Formats: sequence, C-alpha cells, structure tokens
Amino acid sequence: MSEKHLKKGNEAFAIAAINAGCRYYFGYPITPQNEVPEYMSRELAKVGGSFIQAESELGAINMAYGAAAAGGRVLLSSSSPGIALMQESISLIASVELPVVIINVMRGGPGIGSIQPSQADYEQVTRGGGNGDYRTIVFAPSSIQETADMIYKAFDIAEEYRNPVIICADGMLGQMMEPVSLPPAREPVMGDAIREAKPYALTGHRWERERHAINSVWLQQDLLEEYIDSYWPKFEKAERELQDWEEFMLDDAEIVFVSYGSTARITKDAIQTLRKEGIKAGLIRPKLIWPFPFKAFEKLGDNVKNVVSVELSKAGQLMQDVKMAVEGKYPVSLINRYGGMLLSPDEIVERTKKLLEVK
Amino acid sequence: MKRIRIIAGHYGSGKSELSVNLAMALKDEYDKVALVDLDIANPYFRSRERQKTMEEKGIKVYHNAFGFDITQDLPAISAAIKAPLENKDYKVIIDLGGDDSGARVLNQFTEYLHGDDSEMIFVININRVDTSTVEGCLYHINAIQAETGLKVKGIINNSNMLSETTAEDIKKGYALCNEVAKIIDVPVIATYCDRNILNKISVEELDGIEVTPIDLFLRPSWLQY
Repeated sequence: MSEKHLKKGNEAFAIAAINAGCRYYFGYPITPQNEVPEYMSRELAKVGGSFIQAESELGAINMAYGAAAAGGRVLLSSSSPGIALMQESISLIASVELPVVIINVMRGGPGIGSIQPSQADYEQVTRGGGNGDYRTIVFAPSSIQETADMIYKAFDIAEEYRNPVIICADGMLGQMMEPVSLPPAREPVMGDAIREAKPYALTGHRWERERHAINSVWLQQDLLEEYIDSYWPKFEKAERELQDWEEFMLDDAEIVFVSYGSTARITKDAIQTLRKEGIKAGLIRPKLIWPFPFKAFEKLGDNVKNVVSVELSKAGQLMQDVKMAVEGKYPVSLINRYGGMLLSPDEIVERTKKLLEVK
Repeated sequence: MKRIRIIAGHYGSGKSELSVNLAMALKDEYDKVALVDLDIANPYFRSRERQKTMEEKGIKVYHNAFGFDITQDLPAISAAIKAPLENKDYKVIIDLGGDDSGARVLNQFTEYLHGDDSEMIFVININRVDTSTVEGCLYHINAIQAETGLKVKGIINNSNMLSETTAEDIKKGYALCNEVAKIIDVPVIATYCDRNILNKISVEELDGIEVTPIDLFLRPSWLQY
C-alpha cells in the first residue's frame, strides 16, 4: 500500500482502478463523478491505456462491451441518470458473460434529479434496470479507502464471475476528501497474453482454434433456457461466497439499524449518542448490497425489538431487502431523507426516539 | 492584510474552510466584511454552503447561485460580486476554485485586483500529492500567476491529514512552505490547523511554529466514523 495522502474520492477511485490494471475507460461527464473521467483523460494514456469520452452514456457502455469482449480491463463511471441510460447494455454484457466494472456515484433522482448525494439507485443497481435473468454484483463502500480497496478487488471479481460489477458510491464519497493509502500497481494482461489468460476473448482465431462468437440472441427459447441454466450457478456461488458486512455495537443491541455507504457513518454517529442516553442501538452495514448479507440477520436474537433501515430513499429500497432478511421476526421501520438531502446524526437520534415512543 | 485577500491554491488545499474562517475572524475586527465565493468548479463543499452562518454574523456573502439554493448555480458570475470589490469600506476574502483553471474566473475583475489594496495568497497542504514537493508548489504558483497575471504575495501553510493530522504534518508543511516562500521571495504569513487537532498537540511539539486554530465549517463531524 502507498503512503497516505489526502485524496478527493473520485480521484482515489480512478487511481485505484489504474493500479488494479484497468487500461480502458469510457465515459461521459456527469456531476458528481467528473473527476474520474478528468483523471483518466490525463493519466490513462501514460500507462499505455485508452480513454475515450463517448458521445453519451449509451456510447460509453457499448465501447466497454467491445473492449471487454477483446479481453481488456474496463472501467466505466457515471452517476444515477447516466447509469440508467446504460442499463440496456449492462443486460447485454451480463448476457454474454463479460467483465466490466462500473462506478455509480449516486445523486438525487428520479429523472435528471439533483446533484447532491442519494441512495435511491438501490433497486436500479441490485435488481437491474436491464431486462432478463441476470444479476450484477454490487459493492457498497462507506469511505474513500474502502471504495479504493473495493474497486481494486472488483476487477478480479468481475473476471472471476465474468459479469458486470458495480461500485455503488454516492456524491458524498465522490466529492469529499480523506486520507487514503492506495493499493500497489499491478500489471494488466495485455496484447498476446490475453489469448491465454482470457480464452473467451475475441483475439482472432489465427487458424489455431475455433472462431469465437459473442452473441446475445437466442431465438430458440429452449436453447436460451439452457444457456441461462449454464451461467446461473455463478450467481448462486456469489450468494454463498460474497456476502459481506460490518457489525457495529451489535451484540446487545435492541434496536438494529441497517445502513450502507456514507449514510452508515452518520448512523454510527447517532448510535454513539443513543448509547449515551441508554438506548442500546447497533448497526449491520452491508458491504455488498447484491448479494445481500442475509447471513448477518440469522444470529439476531430475542433481545432485538426493532430493525430500522436508514437510507437516502423515499421508497425504502434497502428496507425491502431488510424485510426479506428478518422474515417477519421483528418490526421493520424506515428512517430516511431523499432527493439529495442527507440525514444528520441528530435527526436519526430524534426519529429513533419517536419510533420507540410509538411502540 | 490588504483590503482584498484572494485565497488561491491547488484544489483540495483547504481554501474554502480557510476562507470561511478568515471572514469570520475579520468580522470580529471590522464592521464591513464580505466573502466572495468564486468556486465555479466544485459542486460540493463550497464556502457559500455556510452563507447563513456567515450572514448571521453580519458578513456579506457573494456567489453565483440564486439565494440560498446552492445547487441552482451556473458557471457564470453575477455582477453583484463587484460591489464589495468597488466599495472600499469592505474587507474582502475571495475564495477561488482550485488550480489555474479555478483561478481563471478572476480575470474579469482585473481592474480591482492589480492595485495596492489587494493580495493573492497561495495555500499549501503538503499531503496533497501535487503540492508535496517544492517543485510541485512552484508549478501551481506559476500556473496561477500566469493565468491571472497576479503575483502571489504570501504563503499559508495549511498542511493537514484531516482527523489524522499530527504535529509532524504541520512542521513538515512549515519547512516546505518556507522553502517555497524563499524562492519566490514572499513571507509565510500563517499556519492553520483544525482546533480539535491543535488542542491535542503540545506547544513543545510544534518547535515554536505559531499555529492559528480554525473551525471546520464545511466538513461534517460524522466523517470521523
């Protein structure tokens, strides 16, 4: 790991990707993630990579599709409405089992929305806005350091699972600064080495092997069903192996908050205050939101009285997964702001007390 | 200080936190104080986000957004910003965007800034990679000077690692700022540090460096978790 420096989130995300061996970046400007393409436009060519500012997010995701098909390590980044534009081709890329990493620096929606932080893309990224049976693996970092580490890991996961991996950050993580130590630079597999390392890639048959075709059309429905069956076990494997979460003051907790991303840090601040006032609060923080950490909820005992989803979404998008996780054993409530508004620790404390009075 | 102080620097050096602090401190001494937020590059963490706090203290705040709505802004400058520059009764802090590209916006106000009553100050945080060396600092100083046609008249040492700042950061920063200052023949006018950090550092640790405490108005406290 490098010496610690103060980094703006977006800047650290770009460096982490290059250090992970990413050599292809395609994007289109959108606030609050613009420092990612800005950094890539300046630095990627210096390490032998390619940066292209596409004509739109649709162009960018399809360029990524092509670069991944050719065996490249590919990064895309955007913010909520831009990610929405990419959904059709995220489904395409998943359907042909290609690895890409996508950073979503979330902002307020729906529509063009606001440019302030939000978490209302939970359903978009975990359920997929794209059509058909596929999943995206979704990391949900809470600090700049964690985002950088997850981006670094995401490229390996994407190639292992041959599937799109999304880093679900938010405007706060993208725009703020924190001390960060960056993971070491790795050499990517490039050129002829791709033929051996990535047998799926379109590297030209050179009369040495059968032709490869990357194809998303299956007009014979029985063959499509078979094809879906052929790749589906990797998603079951992901559900078994990739669940990851942090527990914070959870052991004796009577009120269990569930929160991810930067909002989880606001929740931790609130928990400290609630504890001082004698309210036993704790936190489950999903580090991935797909697969969701259902295992974290298995050990919750009889001491738990309330489970509360704390998130930046009107609909309580995270809460839907929380409800599935608790299987009706505990009442589930929602503490939220939306549209680009943040919760404050004080607001969480006040709304928690109100919640407890009602019971 | 001169009547108009321009706070310039590499992006992420802490210009906006410093600007709010400087304006607040000036108001204790002077009746008419204005803060001009000229950052038209960043969407978050801008001094105008504390407009209410500053106005409650009697500081006039100028920026390019409409009213208190910090998100409704355009990369364009309101003519109202000229008011405190023209009115010689005002002490003015100008908070620039980062780097030479952030400083470019100053050019339209040249007529007010070339006189004896204004000064451009360069803020350095040595924990930003770009300004971690003398060469790096000089590169950015030269770029900002070339872009604006103004000379840097002083250096501020704002070397920090946010909540992980140590006396070592402050001292290393002070030494590097002095080297830079010597080369361009200007003084290091001040060293600043977050009050919460400074309270935990003993005077002996600072080797006689005079450090002025500041309060973090823009950074939320929950980021410690």
